[in-house]
Amino acid sequence: MSDWPRFRAVADHGLLVSFGDEISDTVSAQVFALDRVLRETPPEGMTECIPAMVNLLIDFDPEVTDHAGVQQEVEGRLGHIEDAPVAGQDRVVEVCYDADFASDLARVAEATGLTPDQVIEAHLAGDYRVRMYGFAPGYAYMSGVPEAIRVPRKSAAVRDVPAGSVIIAGGQCLVTTLTMPTGWSVIGRSPTRILTDDTDHPFLFDVGDRVRFERVERRALNGRTDG
Amino acid sequence: MAEARLRVEAAGPHVSLQDAGRFGWMRYGVPASGPMDRFAHAAANLALGQPSGATAIEVSMGGLSLSCREGAVSIAVCGGGFTLDHDGTRRDGWAVLRLEPGQTLAIRAGTWGSWCYVAVAGDLVCERWLGRAATHAVSGFGGGRLVAGQDVIVRDAWVTQDREGAIPAPGPPTAPLRLSAVAGPQEALFAPGALDRLTGETFRVTSAFDRMGVRLDGPELPLRDALSIPSEPLLRGAVQVAGDGVASVLLADHQTTGGYPKIATLLSTETDRLAQARPGDTLRIALVDPEKAVALARVALAERRRSLDEIGKPRGSLAQRLVETNLISGVTDGREAAPEG
Repeated sequence: MSDWPRFRAVADHGLLVSFGDEISDTVSAQVFALDRVLRETPPEGMTECIPAMVNLLIDFDPEVTDHAGVQQEVEGRLGHIEDAPVAGQDRVVEVCYDADFASDLARVAEATGLTPDQVIEAHLAGDYRVRMYGFAPGYAYMSGVPEAIRVPRKSAAVRDVPAGSVIIAGGQCLVTTLTMPTGWSVIGRSPTRILTDDTDHPFLFDVGDRVRFERVERRALNGRTDG
Repeated sequence: MAEARLRVEAAGPHVSLQDAGRFGWMRYGVPASGPMDRFAHAAANLALGQPSGATAIEVSMGGLSLSCREGAVSIAVCGGGFTLDHDGTRRDGWAVLRLEPGQTLAIRAGTWGSWCYVAVAGDLVCERWLGRAATHAVSGFGGGRLVAGQDVIVRDAWVTQDREGAIPAPGPPTAPLRLSAVAGPQEALFAPGALDRLTGETFRVTSAFDRMGVRLDGPELPLRDALSIPSEPLLRGAVQVAGDGVASVLLADHQTTGGYPKIATLLSTETDRLAQARPGDTLRIALVDPEKAVALARVALAERRRSLDEIGKPRGSLAQRLVETNLISGVTDGREAAPEG
């Protein structure tokens, strides 16, 4: 028997199902697969499930079920999901790399020994996948930043980074939805709305989706040029 | 039924519109938000005969002053020990009263509690996000904050005479506040002795306290190594510990994922009481196992339902209530009643 998955009770109304303690494609694939099956056939009493990097949390109504009941339902489903990897949808995010929207592009270039154009090329060549949401509404953490342009987080956050900023740190990339502080490097601005205003699909991505960035001219930003 | 218009004459920081919460969106980074004290919010609505999750005003310790500019409307104020000044008459919160054109209502922090709720008889008009009015403070999404000069419109406002008066109110919290939690999920990442400190020592609520959470002052809870964990889902009530060994408890507007280890998570039925604590208040945390946590939550939820049912009962017209009061005092205090009878 493998050590994984591991089940942990969270308060009176949560069950954390972990597939590993380090981030990897294999672990993510298991998270995505369990997430899909839980959404298709939710266990009785489940109120929502929240996928993240190496685990998934099931929030439940403690008046309907309990940790052991939910765990049993999860174990029952785990046997059926091995050979069906979640493909995810393909999404395109537009990005403008003009210098006034990319306050850290030059710094990333300097840190990686590349020219700004090479940083842009590398960013566009990345194969991105949405691993989880967090921090603030619509903040979708994507893996897939190429090795050549990976830079650590800054030691201090910068205030008031505009909504729509394309930011990177380590292997992760994110398109911001709010004007917020961030310690990540700002390399572009996107006109693509992650918060879509579509009531049926209010968020552009689901966890597991694949993302490709597409370069656009600044006129595509349609007013997203504040800051 | 008509429309009522209430002018915000003054509003402290963190005064916002909240319905019961925006549930089901944590996977997209959206916490439920909603009231910091869910019981008091539901109580205010039910005291008026409104649905428990209707949009109400969440008032912080900064207080709120309203004046009625148009239309009459019944309102209920519940939560903590706030005090009211109703057009010059001072009274305690946990009451249903009527605002008529020209009248004012000032709500101020009283002897205890950090949040109270103003529910209105009618439909409070506001912005919604994902179908909900709950305000997520960081983004401002939802009904939003209230600021001085703004009008609150109540559509289909009504006046409910048979509900006016005092509402059964919970007493102030014990000192220290005693809260139950389940260990983990990462208690194993803490240095030996950290769990004993968590349960054996007293913590103090600090002024680093907003809708996202509250930082506690107390024993340091050191991590075993300077290790970080991959970001994982978080729930309201999580006791997370940053690298400095300081514990914070996440509340209504918490981030939905994060990489700080959680030494414990408060039961869902405990966060209302914590939210009502004030900076300086003390608290103790007791750990229970998951089975016990579910059992405790079920008891607390049943008790909560009974209390809310009681609060939701109309108390009858003034005449009816006078009759009832006489009957009761006649039974319990027969000696005094006799000479008059």
